[in-house]
Amino acid sequence: MAEERQEKVTTVEFYKEITSKLGGETITFCYQCGTCASSCPVAKITDRFNPRQVIRLALLGQREEVLTNGAIWLCSSCYNCQERCPQKVEIADVIYALRNIAISEGNIPNIYAEFANALLSEGRIVPISKFLEKKRADYGLPPLKPAGIESLKKILSATGFDKIMPKKGESP
Amino acid sequence: MTVYALFLGCTIPARQPHYELSARKALTKLGIELVDLEGMTCCAPPPLQSIDLETSLAIAANNICIAEEADLNIVTLCTGCFESLAMANTLLKEKPELKARVNKILSSAGKEFKGNKEVRHYLQVLMEDVGLNRIKQSVIKPLNKLKVAAFSGCHLLRPSELLRFDDPERPRIFDTLIEALEAKSIWYKNKLKCCGGLLRGYADDVALAIARDKIVNASSAGADCIATLCPFCFLTLDLGQMLIKTTYKEEYNMPIIHYAELLSLSLGVEPKELALDFHKVKIDKLLEKIG
Repeated sequence: MAEERQEKVTTVEFYKEITSKLGGETITFCYQCGTCASSCPVAKITDRFNPRQVIRLALLGQREEVLTNGAIWLCSSCYNCQERCPQKVEIADVIYALRNIAISEGNIPNIYAEFANALLSEGRIVPISKFLEKKRADYGLPPLKPAGIESLKKILSATGFDKIMPKKGESP
Repeated sequence: MTVYALFLGCTIPARQPHYELSARKALTKLGIELVDLEGMTCCAPPPLQSIDLETSLAIAANNICIAEEADLNIVTLCTGCFESLAMANTLLKEKPELKARVNKILSSAGKEFKGNKEVRHYLQVLMEDVGLNRIKQSVIKPLNKLKVAAFSGCHLLRPSELLRFDDPERPRIFDTLIEALEAKSIWYKNKLKCCGGLLRGYADDVALAIARDKIVNASSAGADCIATLCPFCFLTLDLGQMLIKTTYKEEYNMPIIHYAELLSLSLGVEPKELALDFHKVKIDKLLEKIG
């Protein structure tokens, strides 16, 4: 009995945590029809990702499992599922909310950390090389206007984005 | 002359000068003036939205603020940039509470999102500002020998509730613009499905399998090329074919070409002015066919 009660408490807390996040608000509308999974280009290729299952596990309160089993990083953000969901669950946005929670706990894939670092230092996630700068000039393209790095840094510091850094060796 | 602030984003200027060149040349020829504004940053695409959605909205809004200050609407080339900026623009215009939250963040940089400007993809500019008639009349080299597999990429269309570009299940705008150049826009299996590009760098095997499907489907439908709008789709399908060759031992030689390049060529721009050497899959045969 005690274990059962514990499970229920976890369930309530995790869905509330998700619905309080930007993007996660609609997760509880899901009635598990599977339209998302059948519309998903990734689920067609691999059983490592199934949007219906991610939502099911999240609603069951399997916080640890959802945030660490790797599935949430396999959404390709194509929004096909969200477009077709009969319950108007904003599935791709729910995945963002789950990723936001995972990353706020230091669980950040390397590729995202690289993008974040480039953004912090250059204002762009794909910095331009000297080679390309010269090529641009050769082709008569105008020099790239400087990115507004000062304003950006203030914004990133206001939201705490600049503090989100990967814990070494813990990337999923 | 219609004037727009050109939002270039990160990938196009740093990796795909052939896209930027062709888009600038074609739009200018069709009477659109493009202004490069100082201070724009990354648009905050899905990888940054994955890190923090609220920060990403603020980054997108900050870019829109720069256009607001210059009193210009924004035109994007990259569909990823279009999604990030158009999504933020719609959300912040229509959700006052969210706008207040984001403006609180922006105030740290002395900025305020007002919500009095539009974010448009260049296909919308072609359809609405230039118009099909003017495009058709400007075609010097009709592409009437080409069968084109149109691939708009996900983020031109979806989430349609916020982007409001075209019907997400039966879009027509991109095909109409291809046909304005007298090419045939063909149907192929899973035409509207993702290229898998956003999984590159995290799950390369899955990304490549999805990209391969795209190439196979366009190939079996008899396409002469796949026309793209998104630099990420381009990279995934163009460079992707090199990886398909080493991983699957298969060779498709399917030319991937940005719509802006097709448009420029049909408007009479010389191939040598278009930095076409940035294509991994060579497009010589396609150029021969165009004539």
